[in-house]
This record gives sequence, C-alpha cells and structure tokens, in this order.
Amino acid sequence: MSNLLILPIILPMLVGTILIFFAKNHSLQRVIAGITAVLLLILAFYLAHEVYYHPQQTMILELGNWSPPFGIVLVADMFATLMVILSSIVGMLCLFFAFKTIETERAKHYFYPFYFFLLTGVNGAFLTGDLFNLFVFFEVMLLSSYVLIVNGGTNYQLRESFKYVVINMIASAFFLVGLAYIYAVTGTLNMADLAEKVGVLEQQGVLNVIAIVFLFVFGAKGALFPLYFWLPNSYYGPPAAVSALFGGLLTKVGIYAIIRTFTLIFTHNTGFTHDIILALAGLTMFFGVLGAVSQFDFKRILSYHIISQVGYMVMGLGIYTQLALAGAIYYIAHHIIVKAALFLFAGATEKITGETSLYKMGGLLRSHPLLGWLFFISAMSLAGIPPLSGFFSKFALILSGIQEERYVIVVVSLLVGLLTLFSMMKIFMYAFWGEQKIPTEKVDKKETMGLLKPIIPLVILTIALGLSAEPIFQFSLGVADQIMDPSNYIDSVLNQD
Amino acid sequence: MEILMVVVVGVMFTIATYMVLTKSLLRVILGTVLYSHGAHLLILTMGGLGTGAAPLLSTEGPHSDPLPQALVLTAIVISFGVTAFLLVLAYRTYKQHKTDDLDQLRGSSDE
Repeated sequence: MSNLLILPIILPMLVGTILIFFAKNHSLQRVIAGITAVLLLILAFYLAHEVYYHPQQTMILELGNWSPPFGIVLVADMFATLMVILSSIVGMLCLFFAFKTIETERAKHYFYPFYFFLLTGVNGAFLTGDLFNLFVFFEVMLLSSYVLIVNGGTNYQLRESFKYVVINMIASAFFLVGLAYIYAVTGTLNMADLAEKVGVLEQQGVLNVIAIVFLFVFGAKGALFPLYFWLPNSYYGPPAAVSALFGGLLTKVGIYAIIRTFTLIFTHNTGFTHDIILALAGLTMFFGVLGAVSQFDFKRILSYHIISQVGYMVMGLGIYTQLALAGAIYYIAHHIIVKAALFLFAGATEKITGETSLYKMGGLLRSHPLLGWLFFISAMSLAGIPPLSGFFSKFALILSGIQEERYVIVVVSLLVGLLTLFSMMKIFMYAFWGEQKIPTEKVDKKETMGLLKPIIPLVILTIALGLSAEPIFQFSLGVADQIMDPSNYIDSVLNQD
Repeated sequence: MEILMVVVVGVMFTIATYMVLTKSLLRVILGTVLYSHGAHLLILTMGGLGTGAAPLLSTEGPHSDPLPQALVLTAIVISFGVTAFLLVLAYRTYKQHKTDDLDQLRGSSDE
C-alpha cells in the first residue's frame, strides 16, 4: 500500500484543471505546464525505483480502502512503471516542442489542459488493476484525444476527426460488451481475481469468444490489422507535437492492454488466441509497411510505420516466450522514443519548409545539416541498423521466432525490416538530398536549434538504448519474467499480508 | 426475461450497424448511440434481472447484484459526454464542409 501510485494520475488531472482557468494567458500556461511535466517525469522515475526495489516488485493501492476484489486497485508492477516512465518522457518532450510550434489560437482553445487530461488517462490505463477502471481511463484518454485531434478546426481535421471519434465510440461500445460478458461468466472485474477465476472455469469455449471481443476492442485502439485504416488519415491532421504524442503513445496504450490481458487473464488456450495474435501481427506489419512504401508524404509514411511496428510488438506476444516478450517490451520502449522523435522531425521540417510532401522538399541537408544527420540516426534506428536500439529489440524477437520454429513470421518481419529501411531512405533522399526547392531563409539557425532542442534528448536516448543493450535487455527479461508468471501479480493483489 | 433482453440487445446492435453504415452524419451518430445503449442494456442484463431484494444490509437476503448498476451508470455518463461532443463536431463539420454526406467527406488521395 502506497499512495505514491495515485500521483501520476492525479497530478496531471489537477494541473489540467488549474490550466483551464488560465486558458487565455499563454505564457503562464507554459510555465505551469513545463514544471508539471518535469515533476511528472521525476515522479515516474521515483515510482519505478520504489517498485524495482520492492520485495515483490509489485506495489498496489486499494482505493478508498476497499480490499480487492471488491474495490478498485491500482497495481504498479515493472511493466506498468516502465510504461509510465516512457509516457512521461515523451509527454515532457512533446510538450516542450509544442511550446515552440503551437499557435496562440490553438493554445487558447484549451490545448494544454487537454494535453494533461490525456496524460491522466494514459497513466491511469497503465496503472489500473481493474478491467472496468481500464475502460474509464481509456475514455478519459480518448475524450482528450478527440479534443486535441480537432483542436484548430481546419476542414481536414474536422472531417477526419469525425471518423476517428466514431470508430473509437464503436470500439468502446464493444469494450462494454466484453466487460458484460466476462462479468456474467466470472462475476468479477478485478484483473487478478479474473486471472484466478479464468484458470478454474470449466467452460473454456465462451472464454475464447470473450478473448476475441477484447482483442477486437484493443486491436481497434492499437491499430491492428484489419482495424488500422483510421490511423494514417487522423494522425496527419493535428500539429506535429500532437501527432508525435499520439504516434508515440496512444496506440501503445492499446498494445499495453492487449499484452496485459493476454498474459494475465486469457492464457487458458494459447494455442488458439496467441496463434491468432501471431497471424494478425504478420498481416499488420506487412500491410502497414506496404502503405509506407506507397506514400510520398513525410507524416503519412511515419503513420504507416506505426502500424507496421505495432505488428512487431504483438509478434512478441504471439510467440509467447520469455525472450519474445522481453523483445516486445524492449521494442515498445525503442518505438515510443524513436517514433516521437521522427514525428517531431516531421514537424520541424514542416516548420522550416512549410511542406510535408516529399516531392516539394529537397536539399535540407545543406541548409540544416544537424537536423539532417539527427534524422538519419533516428531513421536508421527505426529500420534496425546496429548499434542503435531498433536492432537489438528486433534481434530478440527474431531469435525467439527461430527458437520456436515460427519461420513464416520471421521471414515476414525480416522483409518488413528491409522495406522499412527502404521507405526511411526515401524520406532521407527526397527531403535532405538533392537541390533545394523551397527557400528556407525565413527560419534561421537559432530558431532551428530551438526546434531541435526537444528532439535531441530523444535521439540520445535511442543511441543510449542501443549502446547499453545488455543492461536494458536484462531489465526487459526481468519484466517479461514477471508478466509471464501471473502468480506474482495475483498474489500481490489478493493475498497481501 | 433475460432471454428477451438479449434479443432486444441483438436487435439494437443490428439497427446500429445499419445506421453506422449509412452516409448521413446524423444517422451515423444515432448508430453509435444505439451501440452504446445496446451495450448498457447488456451489462444490466448480465447482472441478472429481478432477482433478490434491494442490496441493503437491513433487508433479508438473497440480495440482487448492485455492481452492474454502478457500472452502467458510469458507462451512460461517459457515452452521454462523448455523444454530445460528437454532435457538436458533426455540426461544425457540416457548417464548414456544407454537406452531411460522408461520400463527399472522403477526401482525395492527393492531399
């Protein structure tokens, strides 16, 4: 029991509420928002430290002193705290990028309050130990994302946001259906209690149905095949700081929920459910990367890459060994950081050239060499070139695929890696090589440096994640070990004495 | 009673699917509303209908399950909020694009 667990949820919520009152005062908003984001990061690291050195490496908080399984619990194990750290890092740096790029008009229409409400929902979804509470935090996150995605109100944004909201509403309705089914079958919604009850249930057939309902719901939010069609268009509209936060974080909340439920609750028939997940992983990464290869727009290529990389994460879950899950966790960490960095690069080049279409750009390497080479590092990391972080995470996934003799997915993932490299090189060649097509004098060196400041830590992180692969991989193995063995989670929630 | 309610939920989901697949903005919204209502009804049904006394400590058991009501109340509030937002969004979209036909709101591939 520790009240520390509620802080990553309640701090952004309180600050978001306070920021509403200062909506017209742009500079004051920035100060409050900036300080809170730094505080949140410190808090996330402190929480992770506490959990890591806890004897069970899992901490829980019973809200309102209702003991589980009757009340709602917050559970912080290593996986959850790792995700909270990642969300705080990306949340802080995207916020700093937003300071430089968000128009006053957008800021006045409650950009910063909803930014923090979004972080509330994301952190809540990571930390909760109750399935219905997960639904509530999903809705908190989604409602804020609806506001952020339409903030600015251009024709394009209005049109695509409508589709985004409708698809998420339908997925949420099915979330409720899944909750109703599982409550009818087991009589509980506490995740640890569910994990225990599902193990002793006699009718396994109905559990398969419930598992697929949940896979559909989280797949729609996490952009799995064939439910990814909404993603490229809706992530194209909003300003780069928002796209980066969404691209880095939002789909990964869906993936986190898939990994959490399918390692903790729906482990009764892995031959059926996890094989479906593996097949979906292959299709997701393949079709996602085909979309990226066919596009000629900076932001759209990156959006399609989110889809293909979601495939790698669920591939780790589909193979379902300790090594594969460790690879998936490493990959999530790598992906959140690199994807956010790349979207911010897209925002920086858009600010410099006023364009996102690759046909109209060119020659940026000559006028902005630092921007160009930093982008190159991130792009190589995404494609999985050693010694950057993308290589080691993919290596673990592919190695575990070979060990488990899942050769088809191994071939697909290697091919997808190659096509990823191809499409990243396409961006680099068209945007940074060649003749300069757009005059870029209006953004001088100092301003470019200001744009790059929030991105540089992300690039350093991807290099660091790659160069220190050994300790980080050991950590991922520890996390994977913990989530592969649900008894630790169940014991810490239900039998704590 | 539960069987009847489940059939009603099924009908609501059928109509909702039909509505969501039509071209008008407003019909799509009504479809999502019906989806939510169907899901709410399902939650309530899954707790068991009309069994037991009110869940108060002073009354004689067996009590009926109070949790589905708590769940459905939360879910109704959330879907109410989202629907209100969606209606405003659809109205703004209609004002700016001067059409409520989703076929014309597809957007072209060269943007």
